[in-house]
Amino acid sequence: MVKIEAFIQPSKLESAREVLQAVGIDGLTVSEVRGHGRQKGHREVYRGREYDVDFIHKIKLETVVPSARKDEVVGALAKAVRTGAIGDGKIFVTEVVDVVRIRDDARGESAL
Amino acid sequence: MSNRVFAGLLFLSSSALAQAPPVVRAELRALQAAVTASQSAGDNAWMLVSSALVLMMTGPGLALFYCGLVRKRNVLGTMMQSFAMMAVITLVWGVCGYSLVFAKGNPFLGGLDYLFLRGVGADPNPLYAPTIPHQTFMIYQLMFAVITPALITGAFAERVHFKAMVMFSVLWTFFVYFPVAHMVWGTGGFLNDYLGGRYRVFDFAGGTVVHITSGFSALVTALYIGKRSGYPHEKFVPHNLVLAFVGACLLWVGWFGFNAGSALAASALATSAFVATHFAAAAGAVGWMAAERVRKGQASALGAISGAVAGLATVTQGAGFVQPFSAVIIGLLAGAVCYFMVTSVKERFRYDDSLDVFGVHGVGGFVGCLLTGVFATRAVNASIKVGGWIDGNPAQVLDQLLGAGIGISLGVVGTLAALKITGLVTPVRMNEGEEATGMDLALHGEEGYNFEG
Repeated sequence: MVKIEAFIQPSKLESAREVLQAVGIDGLTVSEVRGHGRQKGHREVYRGREYDVDFIHKIKLETVVPSARKDEVVGALAKAVRTGAIGDGKIFVTEVVDVVRIRDDARGESAL
Repeated sequence: MSNRVFAGLLFLSSSALAQAPPVVRAELRALQAAVTASQSAGDNAWMLVSSALVLMMTGPGLALFYCGLVRKRNVLGTMMQSFAMMAVITLVWGVCGYSLVFAKGNPFLGGLDYLFLRGVGADPNPLYAPTIPHQTFMIYQLMFAVITPALITGAFAERVHFKAMVMFSVLWTFFVYFPVAHMVWGTGGFLNDYLGGRYRVFDFAGGTVVHITSGFSALVTALYIGKRSGYPHEKFVPHNLVLAFVGACLLWVGWFGFNAGSALAASALATSAFVATHFAAAAGAVGWMAAERVRKGQASALGAISGAVAGLATVTQGAGFVQPFSAVIIGLLAGAVCYFMVTSVKERFRYDDSLDVFGVHGVGGFVGCLLTGVFATRAVNASIKVGGWIDGNPAQVLDQLLGAGIGISLGVVGTLAALKITGLVTPVRMNEGEEATGMDLALHGEEGYNFEG
């Protein structure tokens, strides 16, 4: 199994959800996060005082899929959330050693 | 229409009473009493609503406006500063505050006749408001005494102990608010009817009493207490402009009670003040947004609401003396001047008037005080013998300046004294660790936003 962790533009969350549903991924967790990559921040002005805001709002989306489906899901996801502009985000893929379904102790891929 | 009928009846009754037969006389007397009672009922209804509106300006209006502009860790502490005034100043007002402002005394401070509200009951006080219960007048004026020190707290936001803030505020009302309010509004007050009104300053709803005093005192507190640690190089970004926005809108609505209520009756003068207030608020928002657009290329939400508050603070002094388009000029100037103060001037001198109490209320109040001397007219308010500059009395501007000068001087001296005395009793400023923790946790043991649940 692999965990797919995607940092995406908040406005692309709906597209991401739709495409994951379309390829049959049911489990999904999202969080509101802040961060920056090479894009860096932007400038905000409050009563004339300017602040550089380094950390930008992003959505972190996490899902775990069978290893065999890794490339298919990552490819579909990347395509769905791409705008082509700086700040589109990144996807990280990591190995997952085990999964436990808390309700009934099911293990491994069958617990996904 | 109905007013004219009443007036006719009153005239009839007074002139006819003498010759009329006893039955008619009794009937006329009953009618007269009924007319008085119905006017009193109308006025009292408006003044009770106005009192509630002015209270709403402090909580939640000002509390929301201020708490949205601070950082997350200080949200409750900032709201508590306003709320504490609603509780503490109320009690002080009942014990002696009302008396020290409105009882007969010397030209600079009221006497002790109304200590513990003795004699302040249902019967109107003809010196101030002849058609409403004395108690209504008392509770209405109380709301002004509550919001004034609450305004100051924005200048020393995020860095002062709760206990010290309460103590300072109570002392401040004694040293600054009570004397200035008595001088301007109290019977025999130096800036009111002392020496037949020789130095009479026109202050309809508290431009001098509330905004100049609080604004200049605020600057003194910011300088005396010092900057927030990390200011200005760290980020001091408003944590929730939505709260500030709601607060500012509540202030705008509440201000109708503040200014139109200052007519002390449900009269045409109240309407006139209501209209002037609204026009100035609108023009203030436009003035600030325009200044921002020119300087930065964008009009901001915070700028729009700040401009409205600046317009409101600036028109307070003249609300019941000026015509609608004088109020528009007052508002436009307020928006532009206050924008310049909180951006360029504050930036230049690097004081940490954190939420711009001086820049908006102090400067706005001062500008409004002078402009009242320019635009006041008998066409709006027949209770004045002569209006301001536009009525051919430029000298009124000097009287206004004198009033502002006294408000500022007493504000500066009284604030320093109150800070000094408070400092002798309890530490005023939070230490760096407490500041880093935030007021909510360090001073109150709570947090505004909790994750659990």
